[in-house]
Amino acid sequence: MKCEDAGQVCDKSQYKEASFWEKLKLNVHLLYCNPCREYTQKNVKLSIVFKKSNLKIMSLHDKKDLKKQIHQEIAK
Amino acid sequence: MSNNQLKPNLWVDKYSDYLFNFTIIKVNDSEIAKDLISETFLAGLKSKDNFKGEASERTWLTSILKRKIIDHYRKINSNKGKAEVRITYSDKESEGDWLEEQLSDPYDKNAEDLILNTELGIAIHNCLDNLNEKHALIFKMKTIDNFDTETICKEFDISPSNLWVIIHRARKTMIDCLNENWF
Repeated sequence: MKCEDAGQVCDKSQYKEASFWEKLKLNVHLLYCNPCREYTQKNVKLSIVFKKSNLKIMSLHDKKDLKKQIHQEIAK
Repeated sequence: MSNNQLKPNLWVDKYSDYLFNFTIIKVNDSEIAKDLISETFLAGLKSKDNFKGEASERTWLTSILKRKIIDHYRKINSNKGKAEVRITYSDKESEGDWLEEQLSDPYDKNAEDLILNTELGIAIHNCLDNLNEKHALIFKMKTIDNFDTETICKEFDISPSNLWVIIHRARKTMIDCLNENWF
């Protein structure tokens, strides 16, 4: 497995979208690749930080509504 | 003199999530939060000539939003005669302890968590400013709202491999930015 692919599998696994085989190959790669191991550790921490932050975002539908309101107001 | 200028066409993409998060912590209702932000943007448009450019656009909009939130509290408060307060005791013996139980440790812990979450939320939003708007939006949809890959690809008309490249760059940028204080 190349480092580039390892990074991508690591990203996918943060969203539970990596397959069993991908994760297995990633873990083998991590046994001998320091930079990828470091990225994986930080990537996992990033996921934890986001979970801890309990952030909320506005839905796309609501954003579209707001944009419409602003455009109408500007056009007045 | 300042270089800060208002760009209302970009307000929703650039600031709606920051303002939404700021509001939801205080009012705890997404519909009310959305209404308050809508009022904030419209008030911002009406008073855009008052913007002197000394503060950033986001700070200026946040100060308008704070006033809207205070107005909202006042409106609720004027209805307080209708409010009903219930105090429940778990059993007869612990009756006298209810105030301490309700307000001491759990309250402090919640307050601390809230402060920590607010600070972390601000730090995350500041770091998200390092991404371009489209990439930030895709990253937030995937990471905060947990949308599946297919939905995001359809919405933005991109391929899954494009999506993962965007996510990878975004995660690297966020790691570099948050690394010092939050990891």
